[in-house]
Amino acid sequence: MSEHRPNKTVAAVSEGPTATDEFIKGLWRDNPVFVQVLGMCPTLAVSNTAGNALAMGLATAFVLLMSNILVSALRNFIPRQVRIASYILIIATFVTMVDYAIQAISVDLHKSLGAFISLIVVNCLILSRAEAFAAKNNVGKSMLDALGMGLGFTLGLFSLGAIREILGSGSLLGFALLPANFQPWIVMILPAGGFFTLAFLLLGINAWQHRPKNTTP
Amino acid sequence: MKEESLWYIFINASLINNFVLAYFLGICPFLGVSGKMETATKMGGAVTFVMLISSMCAYGIHALLVVLEAPYLQLISFIVVIAATVQLVEMFIKKMSLALFRALGIFLPLITTNCAILAVALFQTNKGYGFIESFVYALGAGAGFTLALVLMAGLREELELAAVPSVVKGTALTLLIAGILSLSFMGFAGLGS
Repeated sequence: MSEHRPNKTVAAVSEGPTATDEFIKGLWRDNPVFVQVLGMCPTLAVSNTAGNALAMGLATAFVLLMSNILVSALRNFIPRQVRIASYILIIATFVTMVDYAIQAISVDLHKSLGAFISLIVVNCLILSRAEAFAAKNNVGKSMLDALGMGLGFTLGLFSLGAIREILGSGSLLGFALLPANFQPWIVMILPAGGFFTLAFLLLGINAWQHRPKNTTP
Repeated sequence: MKEESLWYIFINASLINNFVLAYFLGICPFLGVSGKMETATKMGGAVTFVMLISSMCAYGIHALLVVLEAPYLQLISFIVVIAATVQLVEMFIKKMSLALFRALGIFLPLITTNCAILAVALFQTNKGYGFIESFVYALGAGAGFTLALVLMAGLREELELAAVPSVVKGTALTLLIAGILSLSFMGFAGLGS
C-alpha cells in the first residue's frame, strides 16, 4: 500500500527522521496492522474479544521492545550469515519468558490465548523490525521504533477486537454495552468475522486516503 | 471422548479446522502468494513438505525434552528445527528449478515464520499425538493449507478480469473473499462426529 504515498516517505527520509518521528510512524503512518498488514495471524485469531486483543497486543509489544533492544545492542557482533537465525533465537527466548509470565499472572488468559502466545515467535512484525530497523540503528532509536510499532499493533488489535466484541456479543471488555434486546451478530466472533472486520477497516482507510482532495477544507 | 481415528485426524486438520480459514495460521503466505495458481500449488507443496519433516522432528524433540525435564526449551528447539528444514528445502528447490525459486522469492525463507508450521508442532504436542498420528496430522494440515491457497488463487485469477472498484482492490478484496471462504468451510463442522 506504500505506493500511494511516495512523496510523504521521501520527504521524511530526506529531512532525517527525528526521535519523535520514529515513535509516531508506528502509530499511524506505518501502522503494522492497517498499513503494513504484518502479523496477520494473531491479529485475526485473538481479536474475538477486546480483552484478548489487548493482552495479545501488549505481549507482542513487550517481545518486540526487548528483542529490538537486544538485536540493536548486538548488531555489530552478529555475523551477517546467521543473523536471521540469531534474531529468531533472541525472539524465542523472550516469548518463552512471556509465556511463563502470563501463565503465572492469569491461567484463564493463558487458556483463552492458547498456542498463540508461543506463536508470537513467528509474528512477521517482530522479525521484520529486527531486520529492517534494529540491525541498522542504535539502541535508543530501536527502542522508540519498537515502542511505536508495538503500541500501533496493540491499537490495531484492540480496535479490531472492540468492533468484533461489541457487534458479536454486545459488550466491551466484558461489560454489557448494548441494550439487552440487541441481537448479537454471531458471525463476528466466528473466524469469518475477523476477515470481514479487517477487510472493512482496510476499505475505510483506503477510501479515506483516496478521498477527493478539493472537498476537504 | 472416543479414540480419534487416523482418517478423522486428517479430515479434522484439513477441512473442519482448516489451518488457514478456521485457525488463521499462515495468513501471510495465504495473502501474499495466492495471486497465481502455479505458484500457489508449489508453495503448498513446499509448506506441506516442511510441515511433515518438522512434525517428525518435533515428535522426537518433545520425547527428548520430557526425558531431560526441560520443557522451557521446547519453543526454541522447535523453531531451530523448522529453520534448518526450510534451509534444506530452499537449497533443494534452487537446484531443481531456478524459475520456481525466483517465483517464490522472499516467501521461501519466510516459510520459517509461517505460523502454521510451528503450530502443527505445538498442537500435536498439546494433543499428545503419537508418531503416526502426528504424521497424519501434519499431512492433513498441509493438505488444508494447499487447498485454501489453491482455492484463493483460482478466485483471484478470475477477479483479475472483473471490474472491481479501485478502493476495494488489493488486500481488502482478498480478505473479503477469505471471509466468504471461511464461512463456507464452516459447513464441514459436523463432518466425522
